[in-house]
Amino acid sequence: MRQVSTDVLVVGAGGAGMYAAISAARQGASVLLLDKSLIGRGGATIMAQMTVAAALGQEEPDDCATHLKDTLEAGRGLCNEELSALLCYDGPARVLEMEEWGTRWARAGDRIRQEIAPGHSRKRCCYVDFLNTGPAVAATLRRKVSELAAVRRLSNIAVVDLIIKDGRALGAIGVNLADGELVTCHAKAIILAAGGLTKLYERNSASSNMGGEAYALALWAGAELIDMEFVQFFPIGHLAPRLVGMDPIMWDPFRYKLGGKLLNGSFVEFVDRYGAVDFGKYTATRDIAAYAILKEVEAGRGTPHGGAYLDFRHIPEAQLRAAFGPVIDRLLANGIDLTKTPVEVGPTAHYHMGGIRVDSHMETCIQGLYAAGEAVGGANGANRLSGNAITEAFVFGAHAGACAGKQAKTMQENGNESGDPKLMAFALDRIASMPPRGSRRGTAPVALQAELQKLMWEKAGPFRTGEKLSQALRRIREMREQELPDLEIDSQDTFNMDIQDWFELRAMLTTAEAVVTSALSRTESRGAHQREDYPTPDPLYLRNQVLRLKNGALLSSWVTPVRLTAGLPRNG
Amino acid sequence: MVEVAIDKTVLRVRRGGPGDAPRFDEFEVPFENGMSVLDALRWIRVHRDSTLAIRYSCINANACKTCMALVDGQVEYTCVAKLLPGIVTVEPLPKRRLIRDLVTDVVPDEEKALLAQKQPD
Repeated sequence: MRQVSTDVLVVGAGGAGMYAAISAARQGASVLLLDKSLIGRGGATIMAQMTVAAALGQEEPDDCATHLKDTLEAGRGLCNEELSALLCYDGPARVLEMEEWGTRWARAGDRIRQEIAPGHSRKRCCYVDFLNTGPAVAATLRRKVSELAAVRRLSNIAVVDLIIKDGRALGAIGVNLADGELVTCHAKAIILAAGGLTKLYERNSASSNMGGEAYALALWAGAELIDMEFVQFFPIGHLAPRLVGMDPIMWDPFRYKLGGKLLNGSFVEFVDRYGAVDFGKYTATRDIAAYAILKEVEAGRGTPHGGAYLDFRHIPEAQLRAAFGPVIDRLLANGIDLTKTPVEVGPTAHYHMGGIRVDSHMETCIQGLYAAGEAVGGANGANRLSGNAITEAFVFGAHAGACAGKQAKTMQENGNESGDPKLMAFALDRIASMPPRGSRRGTAPVALQAELQKLMWEKAGPFRTGEKLSQALRRIREMREQELPDLEIDSQDTFNMDIQDWFELRAMLTTAEAVVTSALSRTESRGAHQREDYPTPDPLYLRNQVLRLKNGALLSSWVTPVRLTAGLPRNG
Repeated sequence: MVEVAIDKTVLRVRRGGPGDAPRFDEFEVPFENGMSVLDALRWIRVHRDSTLAIRYSCINANACKTCMALVDGQVEYTCVAKLLPGIVTVEPLPKRRLIRDLVTDVVPDEEKALLAQKQPD
């Protein structure tokens, strides 16, 4: 087996992972940055065509305390306020640092343009024209990473298990997609930056990489997860007509920049009927908009593809072009003329508020095991504001990298302790549970993935009931215990996608079980977690749910959210 | 030759690795107006043959830029190349080192160098 050693191992090379690598290298640590796709090409960051929220105050007076207040309000009482404050107070410095490194934020003269977005009380959201924010920041970080000799990079390596001894992280085992071989990475600190879990759902807006591996790796290592029931469903993901070459959630900036109307299948505005003030303002928060659309569909007032119409016919073409220039032509190439026809939109799995439980140093209860970006739970509570995800990737990446880098510098070499066959045996045993290559039993891992995605959409999606969640839990366990060990794996060594799919599915099943278990336990509706059998918030549940694995079973417990005891930090 | 119904399209996909004799597999795929070549390749992996090797990440945003192949002889991003009813031929990029099936080596050298080095066991 190939062995490599590093001070800091970063798992996942999206925005958070690349920022973490840069930040750890600044501490003088050696860094190994891995991705199962290509460095800086997979994950969620590169797909974000939208905005980055930071209280720069360039369009109008704003400050970090106000950003924090908005973030906590959207989080419905469940935010880890220390993490939220870190996000809001460090955001401006990171956005400006990205500009120094080459990101060309849209500007008007000497100020960075900032737009209003739903839930934000100020014009706070920066972007790169046109709908190019994610690709632009990913390119900046790729370039920055490539300039640092201390950061080594490996693409097409999927990390499938961590090596842990006495509550300390010592390394990781990965599978090299190029040749099917295992690779062991010895490290003094590990940062899980492998993103969210949107791939668990049939309708999702993310890349094919987001199978929830970070959460499963953390659980298997003995770390805790928090708030796993809070999956954010983006209310107006694109449904029809088929649109290629665009981010399926591209309609949000269109809607709030231009004022797109949401109409039901009978072309009537409806969001106001569900408790939001939307008419003429377009600022209904994501959870209410998603709820309103699906309730209209359920009442038989949906569109042909099961969503709502988004209508820009009242906007003159010149105004559309001034706001979105070349994007209007890309839409026309897809046969979509916004001046003539509304598009169909509906909720789609977009982001995960829950995730790995960390302290204020981004470290888990396993020493040396850190998390960054979407993989972290708690900063956004029960609902995330638009624009906070990329900010979180930068801020948490920078902070996790700094903390892990510092810790690694103070540690002795672990003497390749992680290479101890006894320590590796546990991880290798689990890896060996993959069915033998060349077994031809009929079901491919990718086909079972598709079934899981459909199950999660139907039984653990935007609207949940105890009955549906229990059905999901039974089927997930059946898949994990009976079907996973018995799937068909191609015999090839080279770029064998069955192997990658199998390991991904193994993690997806663990993460899906975590989501469903948490959703069953929270018998109330709050933010993104909507229980039709418990339709209102219950003050008893103003608590975070913590999950850990004990003897192979998920255990749930409840804790009081982390509050800022000294009040809000001052702007600094 | 495969008969093609109006709501079907046939993908002829080049298979095999660097040393293998050229071989094409044909897959009949349900056709929906507006769908991409990558949509069809992903459908094949789920419903017909998971051993087909393809490279993609972002699915349809044309952001990751890793899904290039030859579509009817033209270099295309398969995620934005519109599928048309009829027969479509998909082959790996000719100017990149072939890995297997439609996957070619588009990985920058510095993202694989570490494992390319010989190492004592």
